[in-house]
Amino acid sequence: MIGLPALYTFAGLVFAAFALGSLRDRSNARRLGNAAFWGLLSLSFLAGDRLGDLGNGVLVLCLVGLAGAGALGSGTPKTTSPEERTALSARLGNRLFLPALIIPVTALVGTLAFKAISVGGAPLFDPRQVTLLSLGIGVVLALAVSMLWLRPPPLAPIEEGRRLIDSVGWAAVLPQMLASLGAVFALAGVGDVVGEIAGAIIPEGNRFAAVAVFALGMAGFTMVMGNAFAAFPVMAAAIGVPVLIVGMGGDAAVIGAVGMLAGFCGTLMTPMAANFNIVPAALLELKNRNGVIRAQIATALPLLAVNLVIIYIFAFR
Amino acid sequence: MLVLSGIVIIVLGFMVRLNPLLVVTIAALATGIAAGLDPVAVVSAFGKAFNDNRYVSVVWIVLPVIGLLERYGLQQRARTLIADLRGATVGRLLIVYLIARQIAAALGLTSIAGHAQTVRPLVAPMAEAAAEAQMQTGRTADEETREEVKAMAAATDNVGLFFGEDIFIAIASILLIKSTFETYGITLAPIELSVWAIPTAIAALLIHGARLMLLDRRLGAR
Repeated sequence: MIGLPALYTFAGLVFAAFALGSLRDRSNARRLGNAAFWGLLSLSFLAGDRLGDLGNGVLVLCLVGLAGAGALGSGTPKTTSPEERTALSARLGNRLFLPALIIPVTALVGTLAFKAISVGGAPLFDPRQVTLLSLGIGVVLALAVSMLWLRPPPLAPIEEGRRLIDSVGWAAVLPQMLASLGAVFALAGVGDVVGEIAGAIIPEGNRFAAVAVFALGMAGFTMVMGNAFAAFPVMAAAIGVPVLIVGMGGDAAVIGAVGMLAGFCGTLMTPMAANFNIVPAALLELKNRNGVIRAQIATALPLLAVNLVIIYIFAFR
Repeated sequence: MLVLSGIVIIVLGFMVRLNPLLVVTIAALATGIAAGLDPVAVVSAFGKAFNDNRYVSVVWIVLPVIGLLERYGLQQRARTLIADLRGATVGRLLIVYLIARQIAAALGLTSIAGHAQTVRPLVAPMAEAAAEAQMQTGRTADEETREEVKAMAAATDNVGLFFGEDIFIAIASILLIKSTFETYGITLAPIELSVWAIPTAIAALLIHGARLMLLDRRLGAR
């Protein structure tokens, strides 16, 4: 069965290629730092399951040390100039979109169809991971088609990929790091303590105040944790279940579903949700690291208010 | 109470603009130690969680393809396509993208678009081209306008994803709500939850769509 290990091996090889490409890029004064950073990430993908928990922990500390010490620079891989690109795009026309569309189309087809493919009674693809696996297959297909059609220099995909990953830099592992922080928070019982505090500030019997603390608490705690999934069990335990559902007889479906969406409004407003807010700012080469968050606040706040009102009205019909 | 030290470290660390990786790691170590774990156990727990969450960083494998196509003028092509389209504006373009993203997410197709797959190579350059086309003749977009338009393209992707995906019954957040409530003896079918994602999805479309139309008006005046 093809599962995550195959995908991780592929990703490990991609990061290894970035590391080697960085190493031989003499235009980057900090090329050793870049090579070490992507090399360690490659090691994590290729051999993470064999390093042991402490080994992985030390690997993470090394990644953080490199980033914290400012050891990463930005390479200048050889690429085409803006003028050449304009000329090439005029010559190649709209066909240029086709390889780019292979990735989403494969993801779409794979998500729908891969579960049905089986060899000798066993599924060919791990059914729990079809989406990620079809993303990986889409990348391989798109890469193969582009290489055959455009015939770039053989190392071009690595060099072009390195150009983009260097513009993201250390922020590339921030989402994974934040997910790991969530696990440590859960281990230490941070959620229970926050829940006790939130539960203690509701005035007795005031329905609007209880709904407001629940919805705003979802958004606020999500902003701190960077993830509504971490906030939901905590706020459900502190307020959602004991106060709103059991105490006041509210509709659990409305409270659960809309409470989670109130949390998503918090996701739009926090740098802790790095993969949605910080990474795109880097990918789009924005000057302001918080530019995406700034663009989202005026949508998130009114929408949070709407969620609060939906719970207040429809959970207590 | 001491276990909350990690939260304080994160807020302070982001405020003084320390490297976020450093802030997150210090917060994790402080939290674990405050909870009575020894430092080696905290590092191990952090390492195990990092290893378990590798799937989060897998998305970067798309960069070689996107970079390669950029080398041959993909962004320029995306710009030309929009510049040739009469009546294209940033607002209209992003409203169409918002609706498409919401519908796709509501059908469970969350990873067919994203910041690396679609926003950087296609949506952001298209939005920039539309901005240039709708500004008063002879003006080119300045740095500030470009930043604003690109940030709005990324924001639109997020809004479309977040307020579409919960309409799909098998998405992780719906399953999390269901399993959390089950521990209290409250049983819900996923469909009961996902219908309650629809009002907020409509509100998100109206609020963000209105903001996009206002953006069009501001750009037209520049």
